Amino acid sequence: MKELICIVCPRGCHLKVDEANDYAVTGNSCPRGAEYGRNECTHPTRVLTTTVKIDGAAYRRCPVRTERAIDKSLLFKAMDALNGVTLHAPVHVGDVALENVCGTGVNVIVTREL
Amino acid sequence: MTYDLIVIGGGPAGLAAAVSASENGLKNILIVERDRELGGILNQCIHNGFGLHRFKEELSGPEYARRFIEMLKNTAVSVLTDAMVLDIAPDRTVRVVSAQHGYQTLAAKSVVLAMGCRERTRGAIGIPGDRPSGVFTAGTAQRYLNLEGYMCGRRVVILGSGDIGLIMARRMTLEGAKVLACVEVMPYSGGLTRNIVQCLHDFDIPLYLSHTVTDITATNGRVSSVTVAQVDERRAPIPGTEMHFDCDTLLLSVGLIPENELTRAAGIAIDPRTNGPVVFENMETSMPGVFACGNVVHVHDLVDYVSAESERAGKAAARFVLNGDAQGEPIELHNGNAVSYTVPQKLRRENVEKVADVFFRVRRIFGASVINVTSGGQALASYKRERMAPGEMEHLLLPAALLQKASGEITISCEEADCK
Amino acid sequence: MYDVAVIGCGIIGAATAFSLSMYQLNVVVLERENDVALGATRANSAIIHAGYDPEPGTKMARLNVRGCEMAQALCAQLDVPYLNNGSLVLAFSEEEMATVRELYARGEANGVPGQRILTGDEVRAMEPYVSNEVVGALYAPSAGIVNPWEYAIAMAEVAVQNSVEVRLNAGVTAIARIPGGYRITAGDQTVDARYVVNCAGVDSAVMHEMVAPKAFTIYPVRGDYYLMDKCESVRARRVLFQCPSALGKGVLVSPTVHGNLIVGPDAVACEDGHRVNTTAEGLAYVKKAAARSVPSIDYRSAIRNFAGMRANSDQKDFVIGMAAENFLDLAGIKSPGLSSAPAIGEEAVKLLSENGLALTPKANPVTTRKCVRFKSLSEDEKREAVRRNPLYGRVICRCETITEGEIVDAIHSPIPPCSLDGVKRRAGSGMGRCQGGFCGPRVLEILARERKLDPTEILKDRAGSWILACETKEEAKRV
Repeated sequence: MKELICIVCPRGCHLKVDEANDYAVTGNSCPRGAEYGRNECTHPTRVLTTTVKIDGAAYRRCPVRTERAIDKSLLFKAMDALNGVTLHAPVHVGDVALENVCGTGVNVIVTREL
Repeated sequence: MTYDLIVIGGGPAGLAAAVSASENGLKNILIVERDRELGGILNQCIHNGFGLHRFKEELSGPEYARRFIEMLKNTAVSVLTDAMVLDIAPDRTVRVVSAQHGYQTLAAKSVVLAMGCRERTRGAIGIPGDRPSGVFTAGTAQRYLNLEGYMCGRRVVILGSGDIGLIMARRMTLEGAKVLACVEVMPYSGGLTRNIVQCLHDFDIPLYLSHTVTDITATNGRVSSVTVAQVDERRAPIPGTEMHFDCDTLLLSVGLIPENELTRAAGIAIDPRTNGPVVFENMETSMPGVFACGNVVHVHDLVDYVSAESERAGKAAARFVLNGDAQGEPIELHNGNAVSYTVPQKLRRENVEKVADVFFRVRRIFGASVINVTSGGQALASYKRERMAPGEMEHLLLPAALLQKASGEITISCEEADCK
Repeated sequence: MYDVAVIGCGIIGAATAFSLSMYQLNVVVLERENDVALGATRANSAIIHAGYDPEPGTKMARLNVRGCEMAQALCAQLDVPYLNNGSLVLAFSEEEMATVRELYARGEANGVPGQRILTGDEVRAMEPYVSNEVVGALYAPSAGIVNPWEYAIAMAEVAVQNSVEVRLNAGVTAIARIPGGYRITAGDQTVDARYVVNCAGVDSAVMHEMVAPKAFTIYPVRGDYYLMDKCESVRARRVLFQCPSALGKGVLVSPTVHGNLIVGPDAVACEDGHRVNTTAEGLAYVKKAAARSVPSIDYRSAIRNFAGMRANSDQKDFVIGMAAENFLDLAGIKSPGLSSAPAIGEEAVKLLSENGLALTPKANPVTTRKCVRFKSLSEDEKREAVRRNPLYGRVICRCETITEGEIVDAIHSPIPPCSLDGVKRRAGSGMGRCQGGFCGPRVLEILARERKLDPTEILKDRAGSWILACETKEEAKRV
């Protein structure tokens, strides 16, 4: 049995997820909570937001994010991959800073005009 | 030339106010921004979670700011960056200084104050101990990290569980620092649950509720350890509960204060409950034609609400310039049980079109509860809530028809829902 | 060989160097820290005392009254913020009124001008926030407030412009007699000088004992302070003291020249004269004690706490005199040391001269200093300043309206700062409500640019007080 706090809405339900019983969720107040609990225990994902180096811009770092959530366990690997990236100004919101980060099929995109 | 509107501050509040004023018919609008670019603090808030209400999608701070900067392109709004407003006179003359344009005196038919807020510091909360380097407000550390590209430390303790502190716990960890603990003096976190989960739990960072930092020790000029102790109900440290953390950095996320130097100097009335200007239903301050919006009025928890409030202020500035003074006898909004402030503080019913937006915060955590709106002891309306917390701003829409029933004042109070 | 080596560049060392710099002498100042004015000079009540406290006939009495008399003109000459706002010693009982009368008598004996004894109502008419419990007070109109570190920096800067050499990071580790003078070792450097002046503050006994038998003991006494937001400055227009007791001058409430309100200090004897930490007990004591004078102070408006270290000694008077041949002690300079400083500088020159140092005045020494303070310029002057140098148009510190021009001026001043606090002490950036939260990164950037340093080399304050650990994406991963 795994205990989680639901983050779908501000209410913060304390969920219990029964791994032994097909990830049945209790303690939720709505179906979205059940879905969150199940996902969080089977394949938790996160959007990674960070920076990469940039040359020729007003600042020395450019903010980026993964286009979609990636596997939570890959966050540090993705950071390592992004440490090697250097962009060159000008860049635009939505430009791809790194394709297919860590083989996830998800691109890392620029989030600021620099 | 006289500007229709001068907006002081080019962060989310100022941007939204300028766009809205333009959409509502003003022509000569100037935004004065002290930083080198528009966007304000959003530029360093590179995390996502912005825009769910406003744009129905999850954006990072710079992306959210970009949306509004793009909207400016289709307007006649001009922008003066790297420029500081020195003062505002009652005739709405604004004195500005910048390296590029020197010292300027600018006349305006209306002014929107959108200077935002600043962070509470070590001095404001009086943490005793040595006074070395390595004690930063979370926002300063965030600027160094996200804009300048520097780590301000390697082993970190965070005091305060407000959202900026939580976000910084994750950012510092991802960039290679060790975050040893997040310490919160209250028995509950000041941040969103989602941030507790994704910024602390994800990285096994312990959260110590009802604890505070009681001492800072330095070695050779830099923080070398902090002492953390449990506190009692009156927030006094309990002797014997001390823990020591060897760290080189203490980040403070202990609250935000509206930045009202200009407002005070202009003689505009300030509400001691919010530390922001007293405002009417249309965000007008006590100085006619001067409006205020965003964190300079009260500290918001979502930028989406800042934008909404600022759009109302921009619209009201346009109405002021095009149609003249707002009319009406104001009724005051009072704090009732467990309410710490309301915005607006005053309402002119004649000036409310369909509904009046009212924001407030509660003093303590509520589960299932009721918000009561009363006037002269008579109930006007009540609203149910599943949960309320001091960290989450509450929003009511009071219909104009309801306001007609009020006499003199309106009180907003909160209580637990009847269990029957 | 130098003519004179001054050990320590706090207010006393600076005043001594300033006075010596008016003569044709080869003078060096050795300072252990990475900047001047880093000891008691930067953390104290910032008061120019009128001079009714010291026992009549003491050096302290004479130098205090003289220093107070000099302050106004000297601060104007050196462009140091100073305000002659007068002081009140509050009495809460008839017994304390007896103390007030005693202080008055001492003040008369010491030559303090314009003293008056006031009734409680007269006090409250002058100071509306003073407690109703106050029954009377001693009013001394000659007292004032000053920016203490700027006072020292200004004197040291003028000395440097008159060719005095100030060596920073030069903590004295040994002093030996050599023919015709002394050889001073400061880490890996040595300095030979005919005369030595010991202005080493809490370390002055250590310096003394390098050349002479033990003659006095320094007892460092720490005091905690609150600095309040400008909105609280209405609480006191003058310096509000309580009656001195066996424990010291007590807790005061006073405006500062920056427009804030200062409250403190307590008095705690310390082993380590260099560790100036605040304590929860000390701060709580200060709050409670100050509430007797001014009950309405709102501590939610605090912007900073700090502690200062007084170099108290076991002697009743200042320790001013020759410790050995051509070795002058200016030691145990406790309160009212700041008030007495310029007079002590004059006194030092006189004593050195009496001991054989030949004094030939310089033909045209620098005697004045002038800084641009954008905030206090008139509208026309502001316009002109920005036209002349556009950097005066870029406000970096929002809380105190300090411009990039003023920060760059500070960085290139005669004793160039290497830290954010060094810039703060000269330009005033980061002194306000946000305590450098907003301007810190900008000042760091300007300091790195102007001094051609890497941002990671910029310090907050003393040696070792690094701000940035490393760049992200680079070494960060190796920690």
